[in-house]
Amino acid sequence: MDKTIPSLAEAVAGIGDGATVMIGGFGGSGAPIELIHALIDRFVATGHPTGLTVVNNNAGNGHVGLAALIEQGMVAKLICSFPRSADPVVFTELYLAGKIELELVPQGTLAERIRAGGAGIPAFYTPTAYGTALAKGKKIEEFDGRPYVQERWLKADFALIKAEVGDTHGNLTYRAAARNFAPLMATAARTTIVQVSHLVAPGAIDPETVVTPGIFVQRLVEVPDPQQEEVLNRAKAVYP
Amino acid sequence: MTKLSNAQIAWRAAQDIEDGAYVNLGIGFPEMVAQYQPPGRQAIFHTENGILDFGEAPPAGSEDWDLINAGKKAVTLNPGAAFFHHADSFAMVRGGHLDVAILGAYQVAQNGDLANWSVGAKGVPAVGGAMDLVHGAKRVAVITEHVTKDGKPKLLDRCTLPLTGVGCVTRIYTSLAVIDIVEGHFVLREKLPSIALADLQALTGAPLHLDGAVQDLIVPELS
Repeated sequence: MDKTIPSLAEAVAGIGDGATVMIGGFGGSGAPIELIHALIDRFVATGHPTGLTVVNNNAGNGHVGLAALIEQGMVAKLICSFPRSADPVVFTELYLAGKIELELVPQGTLAERIRAGGAGIPAFYTPTAYGTALAKGKKIEEFDGRPYVQERWLKADFALIKAEVGDTHGNLTYRAAARNFAPLMATAARTTIVQVSHLVAPGAIDPETVVTPGIFVQRLVEVPDPQQEEVLNRAKAVYP
Repeated sequence: MTKLSNAQIAWRAAQDIEDGAYVNLGIGFPEMVAQYQPPGRQAIFHTENGILDFGEAPPAGSEDWDLINAGKKAVTLNPGAAFFHHADSFAMVRGGHLDVAILGAYQVAQNGDLANWSVGAKGVPAVGGAMDLVHGAKRVAVITEHVTKDGKPKLLDRCTLPLTGVGCVTRIYTSLAVIDIVEGHFVLREKLPSIALADLQALTGAPLHLDGAVQDLIVPELS
């Protein structure tokens, strides 16, 4: 029972062309920069993976992390709620040129679709988006006199997330508001790959404080002092 | 024409927030509401990305980029703050646990419909949490200029821009007036003393109904 992987390159191995990949983070907070960059490294070296469907709240910022993944042309489709940022040029240009597909999902519906995917709930009803363009074509049903929109679960082949502390069983805690989508994504992917800032032995995390139980995690790689997207963007960093 | 500044609109909206209320402020202009809480009252602010009870921005240079609000601006924590993941965050929103949400608007219709996420033009569409928020809070209020930059009404018979939500807004704080939405009508509660009712009506795209006396909208000078 040791889920640790010795290197970032091995941690992202097996993510193939056309895979659906959930990537944690809300803007730069919680973005697993090193895992994303490891995937880009593999693409630069081998030409794979490509044609990815990526699930994230946003569409990247600047030229690092998710924006760099998109800039490399590795992403065919993005499922997100808010594809704008301080510097959204990478996604914007590809989108307006028709070179990347966008599925726009209200933020709470995105979170709940992922939660449902992880919990084995194929569909649910929400008041969100009723009567709007984003409910077009979706089943509407009334409960207690109010109309609701049917939404489907969202699952992935892989999830790439960042946690603060992880033990070798995959139990995780997060840092501040960086957890955002990560605990949900960890449940909804067949293979959840986590970069942890601190890797510890089982027992070192108080069970009362575990946020993501290890059952939802398949691979862990330790990345001490991870890079922060906002800091990289202020330094005008470009990857690779 | 005399009108309220954004800060003054935010101040007026803040006066209606009760002590202990759980509040979500939309990104941008609505964030200003937090600065004008009346003395002796403390609201608890929620941000969709997963914090309850965040405080002011930290000084430049001491930001922690894992402590941000929905607008991705750095914030600080108040004593008693809590973190949570996105499903819990939107359970707070959709589950009716927030007391009030204060949002910006492109258009509001007299039936309470809100358009605030898309101008319908070409470009990249982005919705964020707006469509969730309008169905979550016990009270959904809008703060806005009374008219568009080119002088057209933003308060309308029917919205012409893509909707964020149907029949969701209950109160509008504008640069000229405070207006409630009651049973499909705009009901004028307060207006600037300097504007005549007929002139206010001319800047409003649907009838202003009266229900008792219209109060003067009095707001302090704010820098």
